[in-house]
Amino acid sequence: MKVTLHVWRQESSEAEGRFETYAANDVSPDMSFLELLDVVNEGLIESDVEPIAFEHDCREGICGSCGVVIDGSPHGPHEGTATCQLHMRSFADGDELWIEPWRARSFPIKKDLVVDRGALDRIIEAGGYISINTGAAPDANAIPIPKDDVDAALDAATCIGCGACVAVCPNASAMLFTSAKVAHLNMLPQGQPERWSRVARMVEQMEAEGFGNCTNHGACQIACPKEISIDFIAWLNRDYLRAQRKVG
Amino acid sequence: MKLDARIPDGPLTEKWERHRFEMKLVNPANKRKHRVIVVGTGLAGGSAAATMGELGYEVDAFFFHDSSRRAHSIAAQGGINAAKNYQHDGDSVFRLFYDTIKGGDFRSREANVYRLAEVSNEIIDQAVAQGVPFAREYGGLLDNRSFGGAQVSRTFYARGQTGQQLLLGVYQALERQVQAGRVRTHSMHEMLDVIVVDGRARGIVTRNLDNGEIRSWTADAVVLGTGGYSNVFYLSTNAMKCNVTAAWRAHRRGAGFANPCFTQIHPTAIPESDEYQSKLTLMSESLRNDGRIWVPKKKGDQRSPDEIPEAERDYFLERMYPAFGNLVPRDLASRRAKEMCDSGHGVGPTRRGVYLDFTDPIERLGRDAIEERYGNLFQIYERITDENPYRLPMRIYPAPHYTMGGLWVDYNLMSTLPGLHVIGEANFSDHGANRLGASALMQGLADGYFVLPLTIGDYIARHEFGDIPDDHPDVRRTEDEVRDRVAKLVGLDGSRTVDSIHRELGRLLWEKCGMSRNAGGLKEALDRIPELREEFWNNAKVVGSDRDINEGLEKAGRVADFFDLGELMCRDALAREESCGGHLREEHQTPEGEAQRDDERFTHVTVWEYTGPDSEAREHRESLSFTEVAPSQRSYK
Ligand SMILES: Cc1cc2nc3c(=O)[nH]c(=O)nc-3n(C[C@H](O)[C@H](O)[C@H](O)COP(=O)(O)OP(=O)(O)OC[C@H]3O[C@@H](n4cnc5c(N)ncnc54)[C@H](O)[C@@H]3O)c2cc1C
Ligand code: FES
Repeated sequence: MKVTLHVWRQESSEAEGRFETYAANDVSPDMSFLELLDVVNEGLIESDVEPIAFEHDCREGICGSCGVVIDGSPHGPHEGTATCQLHMRSFADGDELWIEPWRARSFPIKKDLVVDRGALDRIIEAGGYISINTGAAPDANAIPIPKDDVDAALDAATCIGCGACVAVCPNASAMLFTSAKVAHLNMLPQGQPERWSRVARMVEQMEAEGFGNCTNHGACQIACPKEISIDFIAWLNRDYLRAQRKVG
Repeated sequence: MKLDARIPDGPLTEKWERHRFEMKLVNPANKRKHRVIVVGTGLAGGSAAATMGELGYEVDAFFFHDSSRRAHSIAAQGGINAAKNYQHDGDSVFRLFYDTIKGGDFRSREANVYRLAEVSNEIIDQAVAQGVPFAREYGGLLDNRSFGGAQVSRTFYARGQTGQQLLLGVYQALERQVQAGRVRTHSMHEMLDVIVVDGRARGIVTRNLDNGEIRSWTADAVVLGTGGYSNVFYLSTNAMKCNVTAAWRAHRRGAGFANPCFTQIHPTAIPESDEYQSKLTLMSESLRNDGRIWVPKKKGDQRSPDEIPEAERDYFLERMYPAFGNLVPRDLASRRAKEMCDSGHGVGPTRRGVYLDFTDPIERLGRDAIEERYGNLFQIYERITDENPYRLPMRIYPAPHYTMGGLWVDYNLMSTLPGLHVIGEANFSDHGANRLGASALMQGLADGYFVLPLTIGDYIARHEFGDIPDDHPDVRRTEDEVRDRVAKLVGLDGSRTVDSIHRELGRLLWEKCGMSRNAGGLKEALDRIPELREEFWNNAKVVGSDRDINEGLEKAGRVADFFDLGELMCRDALAREESCGGHLREEHQTPEGEAQRDDERFTHVTVWEYTGPDSEAREHRESLSFTEVAPSQRSYK
């Protein structure tokens, strides 16, 4: 099959960006979307043009490196799918695709399709952990935890930190990301001692990074390649309110 | 090069405890005066950096990802072993030790493996305390499964995302130390060399992948947790960025490389579909617990699998190994599948595949039960192949997956370059000639949380460390060499892409130094690799500058090191005139086609010393002795 790609090219964060158009003529439907970019890049290299910069690593939807906006949708047309898990059979022969980086104030573009997502790490730094030192842990079976609770915590913990939730949100909010980590830890008995300070500090950091507010748009849970539910945002809000009272 | 494994005296079961007592300690108040560089933030490097931060050291952690959470460890699916014996099925530290030694086909060090089994239990405690949501039973206690044919259920797991959840635990512990000011993380920094001063590793040179800045960092000790080198084969189950550069650069500076030819081929990956394929996706080993592997009896049978009657199918593993059936170890399952395809029974468009069929278990247990067990894997499969494994059998084929070889380390995890410590998949480690399922995560975390942070203290306490000024001649020289090399790479202006040459190297190694090897093939590869290296340096092409993000340039540097590594792998495979574990020399097989060890000549670790770009590596040997487990011939018949 053949497709035409309009790809956002931008030399650096300061440079102006623009769309460049590339034709891909020999596309196999079994190719992944990133393999298509590989092929386009091989062609560009052969003709002395700088290849398109994009992030990727595991290519199986777990490391959270990849992520581009395809025709306006972060990670492309399918739900529950990261960009690297998308195959060309999802598109039709002759399609024209518009490919852009995540666009959000807190994610400055570094080059082409690559953005700086360091703000997400800083939110975790603010409190997205349980403070225990290596070697100090009690026996793993000392505290039984109901299966349902652990399963719910894992539903939240499955976040891959790709940033699609921010990219799709009209407010560029990082609420889904932040709430997933808060819920993961705050739902578990191990997370209780720091429950209130954790949520307060992480929300504060999220705001300091310039992410917008959540207005319950709900687009994030649809863009999320791990289908993390916005119920966790409600959970965060509840904990946050209670924390305000406790932390003062 | 002197190989002193520094294994503590005393009975096996007391060595680690005794060693902990005998090691020198660094005064708590002095720890902050010691800087340690950690390269890599996978399970091994990340856990080491966090723990050393907790202990009070000044830690600088470098990694080439944009976040430390993205290390390749994130992709591990199946699980992590520990000798908890929560299932009361007869497991113990000794049994885990025994299984690991035997699984490694008697080519690993007893003392290290025993320690690994001992600390395995603490890893689970640690992870649970961090909030890692391992699977639980309805009573609220931890669930276990049997993995990779183990006779006991000792594998802890979190759906198909065990590596992810463990790595997030590590990442969170690391970010906590960043917040505490004890660890500084340096994302998008690729280590390109080790700085050696007065014979000791005292720093590294990095390139900032965002802006190209090359700079030096000095410290009292350096730790590499930089992962494995399966990507030398081009196609593997590893993440795209996995490479050997950190280990290889250290090797060139004096760290011996052990058993480079010990690589593991995993039997159940999704087969290659076309020439654009960039990596192979693993299908968890657990599928073999229920799935049945077969090929059509008739060669070149083009029928759809559901049209091939039962009588015309060859369930070859069940036929050859009635006792273990589909659960034979990875190397056997892989080799037998490849032989089936080589002899014309392969299936799928490329004929490089065998079926993994769930029809029987679905009939026996119901679709729901199968969905509960493997639902997410079936989904991955369907997404990639566009075929529904509930209706048609999966197609699988072996793929390079893990490298047991790596930098040689002593009991303290220090390489032959004093001060340079190596942990996780990057060291030659505890797995001998073959790694058991669910034990890489265990080893990475054992090294990083529980072993290295203590043993490095002994090294630090025993040495004096003066300050190294920035203009120290060894620092300058190393940095200049890195600059020259980057300049050479960015100047490559031939006509072939780096990937196309890498693909060629990978195919060659897969054919000649992959699942099975013979002297003729290895010699051919040794003739061919220098030609490919020439082709690379004369005809590869890198576009763009060295002053900003340039993935082509990054790749070029990594592939350049793969040529040298590939050559050493072949040389090592040629020198080891026996078969063991994943290393099958066709000349050395039992009549049943099993690996035939030669304990008389080869009960040793082969360690290669770098002697310069134009001379062959020098071979050294660490002989192994077995006092607790008598070497036996593996048999799965
Ligand atoms: C698909 C798959 C599934 C697996 N499943 C399991 C399983 O179920 N159970 C199990 O026990 N094992 C499993 N394994 C094996 C296991 O995941 C790995 O062996 C293990 O995670 C390696 O961890 P590590 O910390 O040594 O290295 P990695 O996780 O590979 O980390 C390497 C780190 O080094 C950094 N790095 C590398 N080179 C440089 C450089 N030059 N400069 C700067 N930074 C550098 C990277 O940024 C990264 O942070 C699996 C492997 C694969 C491929
Ligand atoms: S490349 Fe890892 S999630 Fe897509």
